[in-house]
Amino acid sequence: MKEFLEGSRAIAEVVKLCKPGVISAYPITPQTHIVEELASMVANGELSAQFVNVESEHSAASVVLGAQATGVRTFTATSSQGLFYMMEVLFNIAGMRLPLVLTCANRAISAPINIWNDQQDSISLRDSGWIQLYAENIQESADLHLIAYRLSEDKSIMLPTMVCMDGFILTHGMEAVDMPKQEEVDKFLPPYKPLYKLDTAEPLSMGLLADPDYYMETRFAIQETFKSLLKAIPQVNAEFKGVFGRDYGDGLVEEYYTKDAQKVIVAMGSVCGTIKEVVDAQRAKGKKVGLLKVISYRPFPYARVYDILKDVPRVAVLDKAVSLGAYAPLAVEVKAAFSGKQKAPRVVSSFVAGLGGRDITLESIKEIFLKLTQKEASLEFIDLKPELLTEEYGQ
Amino acid sequence: MDNKILFKPGHTACAGCAQSLAARLVIEAAGSNTIIANNTGCLEVFSTKFPDSAWNVPWIHSLFENCAAVASGIEAALIYLGKKDATNVIAQAGDGGTADIGLQALSGMLERGHDILYICYDNEAYMNTGVQRSGLTPFYTNTTTSPISARFPGNLRPKKPMPEIANAHGIPYVATASAGFPQDIQRKVKKALSIKGPKYMQIHVPCPLGWRHESGQTLAVAKLAVETGLYPLIEYENGKLSGARKFAQLKPVEEYLKAQGRFKHLLGDPESIKQIQAIADNNILKYNLKAEAQKSD
Ligand SMILES: Cc1ncc(C[n+]2csc(CCOP(=O)(O)OP(=O)(O)O)c2C)c(N)n1
Ligand SMILES: [Mg+2]
Repeated sequence: MKEFLEGSRAIAEVVKLCKPGVISAYPITPQTHIVEELASMVANGELSAQFVNVESEHSAASVVLGAQATGVRTFTATSSQGLFYMMEVLFNIAGMRLPLVLTCANRAISAPINIWNDQQDSISLRDSGWIQLYAENIQESADLHLIAYRLSEDKSIMLPTMVCMDGFILTHGMEAVDMPKQEEVDKFLPPYKPLYKLDTAEPLSMGLLADPDYYMETRFAIQETFKSLLKAIPQVNAEFKGVFGRDYGDGLVEEYYTKDAQKVIVAMGSVCGTIKEVVDAQRAKGKKVGLLKVISYRPFPYARVYDILKDVPRVAVLDKAVSLGAYAPLAVEVKAAFSGKQKAPRVVSSFVAGLGGRDITLESIKEIFLKLTQKEASLEFIDLKPELLTEEYGQ
Repeated sequence: MDNKILFKPGHTACAGCAQSLAARLVIEAAGSNTIIANNTGCLEVFSTKFPDSAWNVPWIHSLFENCAAVASGIEAALIYLGKKDATNVIAQAGDGGTADIGLQALSGMLERGHDILYICYDNEAYMNTGVQRSGLTPFYTNTTTSPISARFPGNLRPKKPMPEIANAHGIPYVATASAGFPQDIQRKVKKALSIKGPKYMQIHVPCPLGWRHESGQTLAVAKLAVETGLYPLIEYENGKLSGARKFAQLKPVEEYLKAQGRFKHLLGDPESIKQIQAIADNNILKYNLKAEAQKSD
């Protein structure tokens, strides 16, 4: 049944259906509505979970770490500075192979302080050992939470998942959402059975010191698991379709008119909706353009990207984050997909747009297609205001 | 007490380490129905070097500053699982992990009212990283980051009043203890665990390496800190001072100072010793540490 819901409400509803035993969070815009909804569900008895109101994100992440280690399914959500404040704990959670799920309501990073959307926060955590999935719309944001719990808790995976949804655009936007039923969720997501836990009946030490004789193998093991995720994600995506009747590409990427395309934009998150609109309009005029939506940024599906784009003459990569002093984060991965390969697009251009919440309009996307010429664009900022770069503003 | 050994020997603590001694006393008093969250620090490093662990109770280490929050999560999970009443939760850390970097998480844990016993093993410096000063390093201590020089007589600040800070949270039980008084540690742990809610205990644990005394002198040095009034053994219950170990005769602080290399620079300096004596005298008055003439402890 479809309900017209705010994004945050949809996430809270779907998290409730996943029945976490412990939730902990600390307020930060634009994550707040999600945890407020959950707090009231706990308060009015709709959800039988412990809701721990902590004094910081560092502790929010630590509380869910401790609870998950005790054998209980958990949930937390944050944004931006909050995610960075959690960073140390997030690496720890992955290193301890605790399968918890976090919503990142994507927001820009200070300074200057800015509460609006881009993807710099989660992108900066790309090396943390967390699976990272990016949603295009509210329906997908909600569904990715179900997929996240299923993936993370798989005994052969045991890694945490960060579901990334664009702040405000998806957290505060409204959409008709097909909310899953409890029976469907129960069918798709069995009750959490920990592989190991803190239990006085079977004492176990967790978080030991690993010296140079042991440390490397822990990292290698996570890297191997990420390789296996390239198979596991499409499998879970297919099972998701079996239960809920919808899916998202193969779970790793979604193709939109890529088959015969001459020009393709690669992007992640809500901007893919805008790109689809432009693609539709240009296709109607007979232009062979398309979109490759990356859902899974970690693991990054290099082989899929290669297969889909190898015969496309011109590719543009749109980043909503930067890696200051280097190529943009998504562009780096797309370019790497062709390294040492037989085939490659003639041009892989890199564009940066939408930082700090600047609107990415239909015009912005049209401009990217226009700028996708023979000449490769390298880190070109779209919709930049050159007048703000004059000395007057610079000082 | 359980028959099982809950903190096994064979770990890699230094000879004369009082923290290892105190940690064993704590877990033996708490018993096997206990889960421990441990901050980074000497205790964590010397007790759990992979693939070995000295712990025979469920034990978790996450980071340097978050054991109070990890323990909060463990407690919340136990409540959810309906197992809390049967399980003790202990969060434990060094003085740096408690009074400095972990203070925020500790304050949150105390304020939220979790049923957790927090233990601070106070060896009065960051020992694991090489004896740097912490907020619990005493006045005029020579450490690697409060070194003595012609201009500086060591650490320039007195100890942060952690027991009072904990007490100000309105929690039901706060106590200090010392490795020099092992039975007192165990009595206080048992008492703390019999009370529901957040509890704070701070145990003075000499470190032969950092304090520079003979490893065989650990207990004697620990005792002297208490007997001079520099480390009063006190209890607060529901906000009120409810106990203090009293002595008929309190010893001059010089006896304590001269036993340790970290205070050696003060020995020819009566003015500095006077200032430290004033700290002890203040404690003696504040906590009423002097026993009536007829009874002695
Ligand atoms: C965030 C962070 N900062 C610094 C450190 C380095 N560090 C690890 S243990 C430690 C000292 C611990 O001192 P204390 O808490 O007093 O325990 P002790 O080793 O003295 O028993 C420090 C500074 C760290 N692990 N994490
Ligand atoms: Mg210390």
